[in-house]
Formats: sequence, structure tokens, C-alpha cells
Amino acid sequence: MSTIQEIQTEIIEDFAMFDDWMQKYEYLIDLGKELSPIEEQYKTEDNLIKGCQSRVWLHAEHTKGKIIYTADSDAIMTKGIVAILINVLSGQSPSEIAHAKLDFINEIGLKEQLSPTRANGLVSMIKQMKIYALAYRN
Amino acid sequence: MLDINKIRAQFPILNRKVNGKDLVYFDNGATTQKPQSVIDAEANYYTDENSNVHRGVHFLSGLATDKFEDTRKTIQQFIGAKHSKEIIFTKGTTDSINLVANAYRILLSKGDEIIISELEHHSNIVPWQMCCEISGASLKVIPLLDDGELDMNEFNNLLSESTKVVAVSHISNALGTISPIEEIITKAHKVGAKVLIDGAQAASHVALDMQELNADFYCFSAHKMFGPTGVGVLYGKEEILNKLPPYQGGGEMIKEVSFEKTTYACLPHKFEAGTPNISGVIAFKQAIDFITDLGVSEIAKYEDELLKYATTEILKIEGVKIYGTAKNKSGIISFNIEGLHPYDIGMIIDKMGVAIRTGHHCTQPIMDRFNIPGTARISLSVYNTKAEVDVCINAIKKAKLMLS
Repeated sequence: MSTIQEIQTEIIEDFAMFDDWMQKYEYLIDLGKELSPIEEQYKTEDNLIKGCQSRVWLHAEHTKGKIIYTADSDAIMTKGIVAILINVLSGQSPSEIAHAKLDFINEIGLKEQLSPTRANGLVSMIKQMKIYALAYRN
Repeated sequence: MLDINKIRAQFPILNRKVNGKDLVYFDNGATTQKPQSVIDAEANYYTDENSNVHRGVHFLSGLATDKFEDTRKTIQQFIGAKHSKEIIFTKGTTDSINLVANAYRILLSKGDEIIISELEHHSNIVPWQMCCEISGASLKVIPLLDDGELDMNEFNNLLSESTKVVAVSHISNALGTISPIEEIITKAHKVGAKVLIDGAQAASHVALDMQELNADFYCFSAHKMFGPTGVGVLYGKEEILNKLPPYQGGGEMIKEVSFEKTTYACLPHKFEAGTPNISGVIAFKQAIDFITDLGVSEIAKYEDELLKYATTEILKIEGVKIYGTAKNKSGIISFNIEGLHPYDIGMIIDKMGVAIRTGHHCTQPIMDRFNIPGTARISLSVYNTKAEVDVCINAIKKAKLMLS
């Protein structure tokens, strides 16, 4: 399994291939469509992260020292970014997740997706992923 | 007939590019852009006139006070109020509603009822819920019909001797419905209730005459009518405002202060504690003058023409559903496209320079009523054009293609 840093570098390289926003958004839409679905039983009110615009469901399981995240969103663009975050953090150890610096988001030009004004639930999603990591750390 | 190019030339921001494209600004329901005259007035105040109002004996304080009070008189004429002291400056519509709802915490008690509608912005829901919590009064809600109009039969059923306040919006920010507020006011007065109208979406789109309308309170915001942010108006009938307790304590609103007893100033100062947004209020006059010069009915006519064009064009896109199809409607189109999330549409067309609003528009009960998470909303203003509508429609088509 690659480290969080290695995966981030790969994502930055992937995005560097795109010439314009349209290719980038189309890629995100594809990622959103390809994201493995969350099990229906986990799409609960408790797992719901409410944004002002779109909603995100996040579920975490701790097995063999790793955290496995599954998630979903009602907006496909949000879901695309959710897919990237899962790609980066799912399957890593709690302490690595807790300490991860997710600076790739700025580098791939998706910072606007994560500003609080976008209110798509992604900022809260990252926070929630880290909270799970802290809870499972010991 | 309005010369739209001449109007557009007064708005410098309309020349800017967004994401490399000409800006198409269709988020006027959230806030309108500002003409040069408003921008200049605001800058000129700080350059040449800055001083506190109603306080000093010196030249500049007198100048600032005169200009500040000029705006009050301009608004009095604009809405046909009987006296300029019936115009209270606030931070905005939300602040105006809170002022009134706060006063009614004291004036109402258990058994009293407040009627609002399912169409309301959260700003005209939450202050009344807070009022009910403290006063013990209960909240009744006029339901919506499928086309986004108020169910007036149900309103008639809700009205009773217990009704003390009716608070409804003139124009819905989420659906564009223009509600029959004349009828609501007349009927509410028959049972002795006071009526507050949230006019945030109406003040630059519908001609207002408080004498004819006979509303007890009418609220609106400068920034939704070409003026600065942070300035709002509460109109209230003099005899009613006199009976309301003050909202906030501080400077300006007092007559005499001692530790034993403080007496309050007369209208309008009783409700204007603290240094107001002087530059904003002074610049607001320019916005009103801009509207008056064009003529509210001319603005309404042009916006209606634009609304009809945009509605026809958007309905040509397969899968589009418009929420809010009232017979009497303002320049707002709230829509969804089958299978697509409004957020995705908004994100993509933003990249093409088109600014619309997506989400629940601070009207979650309306979204619940239609069982949707939100809508994409086009809201038009007098400086928008049919060519811009075409750009927007093409952008939506492109977004649909990308997302399908």
C-alpha cells in the first residue's frame, strides 16, 4: 500500500495532465460515478454531513490497524472529491490519517471546492475523517 | 422604453471577466450590483464628508446629518410613508424583522397567534419562532399550493380573533411568487392583527405606496436594490412604532439617562441605537434615485419581458422543471434538471462566467414541501439582457451534457 504522501503525489501528477477546467471537472465527474457505493445501512442520519448545498455520508470501520472509509454524496462533483479523499486516506493507519497534510487539494486547483463558502460538506468531511482517526488511534 | 446599454454602462462590475468569460450576473436575488453613483457617494462620504451624525455642533457633522436625513426623506417619498420618522434605518431586512419580532416578545402572551407562510425566508420564520418561545404565543403557517402560490382559503381558516401578527413576504426569494398582500392586509386588519411585510425581494421590482397598501410594517434591504450592504429599512406606522418598546439600548436612542431611570428618544431615533452605517445610508439615496429615474413600473415591465423569455428558453431544455409557476411572478426562475444536482449545475456554469444561486435559498420548508434538496435559481435585474439569457441557457446545456 502506498503512503498518503505517495498517493497525493500521484493525484497531483494526474491533474497536471489536464489543460483546462473542463477536463478536470469531467475527470471528477467520472471519479464520482466510479466511487464504490456505501452500504445502504450506513446512509443514516448519524453518518450524514450536512452542507448548505450538497450532502455527504461518511462511514468508517477500523480493521487490522487500518481505517476503511466509505462515503457518498448527492452531488456528483462533491462525490468526485469524496472519491479522491477516500483514495488518499482509506486503508491507512489512524495515526497517519490524523497527521496527514492534505496539501494536494491546493495543488490540483480544487481549493475553491473546499472553501467554507462552498458549504458542500467537504470541509466537515475531512474533519470527520480525522476525528475517526483520533478516536481509533489507541 | 429603457435603454439597457445605457443602464449597463453605469455598473462597472458588468465589464469584468469571470474565469476568462464575460460575467453574466444572474444572482440578483442575493444582492444586486451597484451603479457608479452609489460607489461614488460611498467613497465621497469618506473623502469629503465623514463625521458622526446627530451629535456634533461642527460643520461636517451638520453636513453628514443633513445627507443622512435626506435619504430618510427620499425613502419616505419612495414608499409613500406619511412621515419621515416612520422610516427606521437598520442593518437589513433580517434586522428589521428581528426588531419587530423582538418587541412582540413583550406584547404577546399565551393564546395569541402569529401567522407566517410556507413561502418565507428563514429570516421571517426564525425571529417569530424565537418570539413564540418567549411570549408563549403560537405560530401558524399558511401552506403553499403546487404552483407556489399561498393557499388563501387556508389563510382565511387560520385567521381568528387570536391572530395578533401576520408576517409574510411580498415576493418569494426562492420561487418568485408575488403574494396578494393587499388582500392579506385587509383581512388581517379585520380581526385586529398587525401585518409585517418582508419586502426584501420587492422594493425595486414593485411600486410601493404605504398609504394604499396600509401595511403596519414593511421591511427591505438597500443591497438588493442597487444600494450598499449593511443598510435596511423598517417602515412602521407612527402610532404602532410609538407603542413598541425599544430594540437595542445605547447612544442616539435616549432622551435622558440616569442610573435611576432612562427615558427614550422619539421616533425614529428610539430604534436607532449606536452610530449607524452613515456612508451606506447616504449612498442608498443614489440607489433610490437610480430606481426612480428609470421608474419602478418600467423596470418591472422589462424584467417581466426578460422573465418570460428566459422561462420559454429554459423549458426547451429536456428534463427541466421550474418550481414556482404562480400567475403573478417576479424575475426569479427556480429550477432543477431531472437526474442532476443543482450544485453540480451551478459549479459548472460558474466556470463559464454565469453566476446563479444553488441550494435551498434559506427556505428549507419550501424545499421540503417540494421534496427536493434545493434548486438552481436565476434571478434577473434591469441590467440583464436576452443575450445573457442565451449565454446562460447554453452554459446549462453544456453542464447537462457533461453531467449526463
